[in-house]
Amino acid sequence: MSEASIKAGEVVARRTMARNALRLLRTAPATAWFGMIVIVSYGVLALFAPLIAPYGESQVMGDAYLPSSTAHWLGTDQLGRDMLTRLIYGARNTIGIALITVLLSFSLGGTLGILSAIFRGWLDQVLGRIVDVFMSIPQLIFALMLLSIVGSSATNIILIIALLDSTRFYRISRSVAMNVVVMDYVEAARLRGENTSWIMFREILPNILPTLVAEFGLRFCFVFLTISALSFLGLGIQPPTADWGSMVRENATLITYGKFTPLLPAGAIALLTVAVNFVVDWFLHKTSGLRDEK
Amino acid sequence: MKSRTDAKGPREKGKVLVEIKGLHIEGYSDDRWHEIVKGVDLNLNRGEVLGVIGESGAGKSTLGLAAMGFARPGCRITKGSIFFDGRDLIKVSDAERRRLWGSRIAYVAQSAAAAFNPAHRIIDQTVETAIGHGISSRETAEKDARSLYGRLRLPDPDRIGERFPHQVSGGQLQRAMTAMAMSCRPDLIIFDEPTTALDVTTQVEVLAAIRDIVEQFNTAAIYITHDLAVVAQMAHRIMVLRYGKLVEEAPTRSMLKTPKEDYTKSLWAVRKLAKPEVRGSDSILRIQNVDAAYGKGLVKVLDNVTINVPRGRTVAVVGESGSGKSTLARAITGLLPPLKGQIHFNGKLLPPALATRDKELLRRIQMIYQSPDTALNPRQCVRDVIGRPLEFYHGFTGRKRDAKVGELLRLIEMDERYVDRLPNELSGGQKQRICIARALAAEPDLIICDEVTSALDQIVQEEILKLLLRLQKELGVTYVFITHDIATVRAIADEIVVMHQGRVVQQGAKSEVLSPPHPAYTELLLSSVPEMDPDWLTNLLVKRASTQGNSSARKAVQTS
Repeated sequence: MSEASIKAGEVVARRTMARNALRLLRTAPATAWFGMIVIVSYGVLALFAPLIAPYGESQVMGDAYLPSSTAHWLGTDQLGRDMLTRLIYGARNTIGIALITVLLSFSLGGTLGILSAIFRGWLDQVLGRIVDVFMSIPQLIFALMLLSIVGSSATNIILIIALLDSTRFYRISRSVAMNVVVMDYVEAARLRGENTSWIMFREILPNILPTLVAEFGLRFCFVFLTISALSFLGLGIQPPTADWGSMVRENATLITYGKFTPLLPAGAIALLTVAVNFVVDWFLHKTSGLRDEK
Repeated sequence: MKSRTDAKGPREKGKVLVEIKGLHIEGYSDDRWHEIVKGVDLNLNRGEVLGVIGESGAGKSTLGLAAMGFARPGCRITKGSIFFDGRDLIKVSDAERRRLWGSRIAYVAQSAAAAFNPAHRIIDQTVETAIGHGISSRETAEKDARSLYGRLRLPDPDRIGERFPHQVSGGQLQRAMTAMAMSCRPDLIIFDEPTTALDVTTQVEVLAAIRDIVEQFNTAAIYITHDLAVVAQMAHRIMVLRYGKLVEEAPTRSMLKTPKEDYTKSLWAVRKLAKPEVRGSDSILRIQNVDAAYGKGLVKVLDNVTINVPRGRTVAVVGESGSGKSTLARAITGLLPPLKGQIHFNGKLLPPALATRDKELLRRIQMIYQSPDTALNPRQCVRDVIGRPLEFYHGFTGRKRDAKVGELLRLIEMDERYVDRLPNELSGGQKQRICIARALAAEPDLIICDEVTSALDQIVQEEILKLLLRLQKELGVTYVFITHDIATVRAIADEIVVMHQGRVVQQGAKSEVLSPPHPAYTELLLSSVPEMDPDWLTNLLVKRASTQGNSSARKAVQTS
């Protein structure tokens, strides 16, 4: 057994990224597989929505609230649009917007967090207190307030939620970067005369990336839920753009008639949230060094 | 106290206490089980101290813990038997094992600072096991703890227990931990590198205290260490382990005199490395009257330090932790601009702060760190680590850079096969070599080596020292070598600077500093370095007591 282990001095062939990934995937538990399959299928739906969807996004096909039939597998909504088509386009809009938002808040919060960890002092203090103020106001209410001031367009939603959510990224990236900036290799880079961006992106970022990626997944769920909630409240993505949150609201009256239509977009939201969480859990477990006691 | 010992029956010396047969232990890493201990037998009699030595990764600690019937998380005992006082610790129930732990078998860890709970007072933690096992009431346990503190020669034994762990020094905490282990008068104590993290001057006191108390209570002990000179003082018998196997086992004296196996002999030879000193004339670095402090100048960490470093030579800066050695390095590199004084480099005044130095100047002063694990970015492969300074200072890119990396790798006695490795795929010695190559890549005039060999095994230490010496000969580079280890100083230095509490106590050529007469502090430091003579500690304590040089050593001999 020990012969198989890597001994010092013995040269091993470099493990490629692809081989590493394959090895990782082979050990993935069923829940993670489930999550990955769901996420990939959502991604495919979102990317190829116009090819997959049977009708146009806001095409009125007939009467409102039609029950499911061969023409409309999931029936029609309150304006007579095909529900299945709306769901597929909804994936594209809701997920797309959520993804852009998280990427934006990730880069903003992550960059500022690492900068705070590197420079400490007044920069850290000022940024830290601003973040405190932002976090002390309930996010949804704050977002509603800002949206009603600047008006709700997709761009505004993205910018506002990205800004509010970057506070979380700031906190987590600052705290993990704090543990890395004290390492000798960061000091060595500093002594070499490297500039701040090298230290940030080449020395620190690769070492805190696993934590941030896991956080990325979690934040994606939250952003996605926030957007859906905003849409449900009428201040999110505006009609006629298909979006799961507003679809729930628009068809909510059907619930009283015992119809499942409004549950479909809600279910789509729930399924994706669960799937992302499964994958994040597995990823965190892998990267945190937690070990199953055997 | 007496009744407690009686209850267990008299501790007869010489009866078998621990008997381990054919022990195999596996550890889980990289998704596989690896064998860490491969069939080791161990016998320990009552009242006997067994020294276990070996390099890191030899399985010493794993074996020590196994003697308690314990396997660390991620480890499992696969084969063999561990008999403690007639009972097989592998087969008894968990509850039974827990009854033995603390009360009859105790463990003293390397880092007492990490083993104590910082939120509780020392005495509460000392008596915890005795009370928890129902051996004594809190009152008697506390009284006993105070008497143990006295026996271990802790200052103010009646009140020291009331302090919190951070309020006492590292050496005191290590002794407090020994008191904790002693509180139930166990039959067996496992000491896992108890003095490795301590300074030599503190180490002497802890060693003397441990040796006395083990003898007083006739406790059996397994003493795990990588330091031969230490184990020579402590153990009756020595086991040498390597790669999880027993290399050699013999009584201490005969082992020291006539080691049989080649591996053991090589261990013994390491400490004999010595370099003839060469005087230098032309000075490369002149430090003049430098004061430095952290924060707003509350406590001076460097106090009026003046040092001259000759070109192409090695100046060893020696001192205990807290003497300001590393701060001196920070002052030279510009990480901590001095409050006062000047540093001249190559005849020119060195700008005090890092930010005000230009790239060319930064290139000329390089640094190598104590721990290669933290000095190498775990996400950068060897090519990037060595290639970056080549690219940054000399503008080498692409194939030219790769060729240069290969050249440097051969210079440090490695080769191109390693370019794609990540640090965690290298051994400790290889990592330190990569750090050396990174420093050399800049083609510096001066390299500051901060305890570069302290984290390495003895044989690897010797290799690294030889490499550094060879590089100096070939490249003419100057070293400022910061260390606390006198053997290392002998091996590498031309000149020595002895530091104590931020001041330079003595400086001069190696032969001058190492030969008497010494100033008082140098004398204390030099005499505290353990030697490979089993009588060294005894003789030292007697000598110190008679010259009355050191009050605690004097007390040591009086009480024992």
